[in-house]
Amino acid sequence: MGIGLANYLGLAAIVFTIGIAGIILNHKNIIIILMSVELILLAVNINLIAFSTYSGDLTGQAFALFILTVAAAEAAIGLAILVAYYRNRGSIAVEDINSLKG
Amino acid sequence: MQADVFFFWILAPLLVVSAFAVIVAKNPVHSVLFLILSFVCAAGLFLLMGAEFLAMILVVVYVGAVAVLFLFVVMLLDVDFTRMRQGFVEYLPQGLLIALVVAIELIYVVSGLGPSQRAAAAATPEGMLSNTAALGEVLYTRYFYFFQAAGMILLTAMIGAIVLTLHHKPGVKRQDIGAQVARDPKTSVEVRKVPSRAGI
Repeated sequence: MGIGLANYLGLAAIVFTIGIAGIILNHKNIIIILMSVELILLAVNINLIAFSTYSGDLTGQAFALFILTVAAAEAAIGLAILVAYYRNRGSIAVEDINSLKG
Repeated sequence: MQADVFFFWILAPLLVVSAFAVIVAKNPVHSVLFLILSFVCAAGLFLLMGAEFLAMILVVVYVGAVAVLFLFVVMLLDVDFTRMRQGFVEYLPQGLLIALVVAIELIYVVSGLGPSQRAAAAATPEGMLSNTAALGEVLYTRYFYFFQAAGMILLTAMIGAIVLTLHHKPGVKRQDIGAQVARDPKTSVEVRKVPSRAGI
């Protein structure tokens, strides 16, 4: 049996699930949350490229490229906010980020 | 056994295991290293699917830049990570429940597809030089405005990251070109009458 579209989609589904579980389980550690978001975006990319390959259309790869761009921008901004926050507060625990709570 | 089957069944389990290790590793540095491993596995899978350009971009941009940025931040911030591990076990049932529901839904959708008989690597049209050339053909014509917008997003992110993290220490003398150009003799030269045999 060859490797079909369903194999890649199943793999992407598993990676996506791992990313979601990572956000819930590591809900106090914002760095791991950011890494889980990267995993989720990677799963989306695997999906897009699998569809692109198995439907013979390059549009999926073009959009995967845009997702890579946005994910890189998101990681850079997220980590910059993290560094700025750490400089102000000396902590990056999610439960300490409640200054705006009334 | 075909080569793509062989490599898929090496890379896919490795991707799943390393993605799982990202979220359960005790040390965030190990998490980042497993994230790098999962990106490399995904790049291999992209190669299997015939998306060579995106595979190389994934290695260059993700492994080379984003993952190293993560590693840099994890090592830069002196944070007590053991405190952040608290609540991992008490949220385990909820997390596993939600993950199970999402996984069952997604795999149920995928399993309805049936076996696909189309050959892989069909996305690159015949007669093209390579996947990169074909992708460029699409990207610079049909999705040109999206491409420009992606560039603007990267520019915004770059400026935003610099503005967020740049801070001037007080008491450090810096060159201020505007102030230098705006000087004139009235404000910068002072004529004093100095008496003989006395200081100013």
